[in-house]
Amino acid sequence: MVTAIIDYGSGNLRSAAKAFERAARETGGEEEIVVTGNAATVRASARVVLPGVGAFADCRRGLAAVPGMEEALEEAVMRRGRPFLGICVGMQLMAECGREFETVDGLGWIKGEVAAIAPADPALKIPHMGWNDLTILRPHPVFDGIAAGAHAYFVHGYGLVCGERRDLLATVDYGGEIAAAVGRDNLVGTQFHPEKSQATGLRLIANFLRWRP
Amino acid sequence: MLKMRVIPCLDVKDGRTVKGVNFVDLVDAGDPVEQARFYDREGADELCFLDITASSDNRDTLYDVVARTAEQCFMPLTVGGGVRGVDDIRRLLLAGADKTSINTAAVARPDFVREAAEKFGSQCIVVAIDAKASGAGKWQVFTHGGRRASGIDAVDWARRMAQHGAGEILLTSMDRDGTKAGFDIALTRAVADAVTIPVIASGGAGTLEHLVAGIRDGHATAVLAASIFHFGTFSIGEAKAHLAAAGIPVRR
Repeated sequence: MVTAIIDYGSGNLRSAAKAFERAARETGGEEEIVVTGNAATVRASARVVLPGVGAFADCRRGLAAVPGMEEALEEAVMRRGRPFLGICVGMQLMAECGREFETVDGLGWIKGEVAAIAPADPALKIPHMGWNDLTILRPHPVFDGIAAGAHAYFVHGYGLVCGERRDLLATVDYGGEIAAAVGRDNLVGTQFHPEKSQATGLRLIANFLRWRP
Repeated sequence: MLKMRVIPCLDVKDGRTVKGVNFVDLVDAGDPVEQARFYDREGADELCFLDITASSDNRDTLYDVVARTAEQCFMPLTVGGGVRGVDDIRRLLLAGADKTSINTAAVARPDFVREAAEKFGSQCIVVAIDAKASGAGKWQVFTHGGRRASGIDAVDWARRMAQHGAGEILLTSMDRDGTKAGFDIALTRAVADAVTIPVIASGGAGTLEHLVAGIRDGHATAVLAASIFHFGTFSIGEAKAHLAAAGIPVRR
């Protein structure tokens, strides 16, 4: 079973790949982790991971620039229902649109848009960078074994504002509520970086690799 | 609630840690990878490698250290020292670093920071500022490992680097570095209050109370220290317990 981590020129994929490989070993399954920019590989994979760092519009353009990749994503995730995990900007891309520097369409898989986070306390720094404790709103297989209040590592200046409250799986408080995880059906996305979140993150990744929505 | 970060820093030269590290339970105390694993287990919030390798010929040893660390430690890793161009950043990120810190090269050409932030995202561009007091309430930026005065005001520089897209400032007081006399609180506060991005206080931590002061009085959102952790004077856990007792939110 291949889990494809999509390489579209955004950020640090080695550390993500290493975390998925470690989690795969721990699940004891036959999961093969592949970092790929090849649409055919993504189309044929059992699971899809979309990472992403930097600005929404840059990531969107980067994804669009990979021949056939958006079509392959639609095919694997939306039509075939393969489990999908978006991380950071990869999660934000699930939204209908992003408003970072310019307004750009997202994949439109989760209702809502991506906007600058605006903490009520002006002394709070932007980006929201560091470890924050999760409030898990709904039980979800990817949170199995992760207790309320577990910490995850965040680094972002923009956040996904869900159009449908039921798509919100977890939040954190940073001068107000910020979406920490979203999901519906076979889709899940985390604003935090599971690959950088030590035991909590590895657990979430292992859960994702076992997840059969 | 966001937690304040405790970040141990390792000086790496030719692939080995320098500035003695004194953990009793490490097989090879000079191996930065083994030290990284130690701090990972102890619950450090991030880890920082500062490469002080003099010769660029030996740069490959650093990439190897970063790659081996990334295979075993699943927390944010910042690597600095000798980052001169986007190719250096790319190689570090490909090796497994999450952030790179830029110091001398930013002063030499400030647009480098903008280009790097545009290419890789602000989240992975840390601007390291080595500052030294130059008068009452004034600090000057130094480069080349603290050997060369730049004539630039540290607070102005921090503001400018934030505008150029730096995601974070790693602020080291050269007056305090190695003294264990505590962070330069006035400097830390002047810089932290001048920018909206996070500031890491560095240089001078000798007691756990110094860590508290860096955050409470210096307004830093992270504290970086080397020797108090390396020599086993305090553990990461003790540091966090002390911060928590002082009312500072930490991850435990």
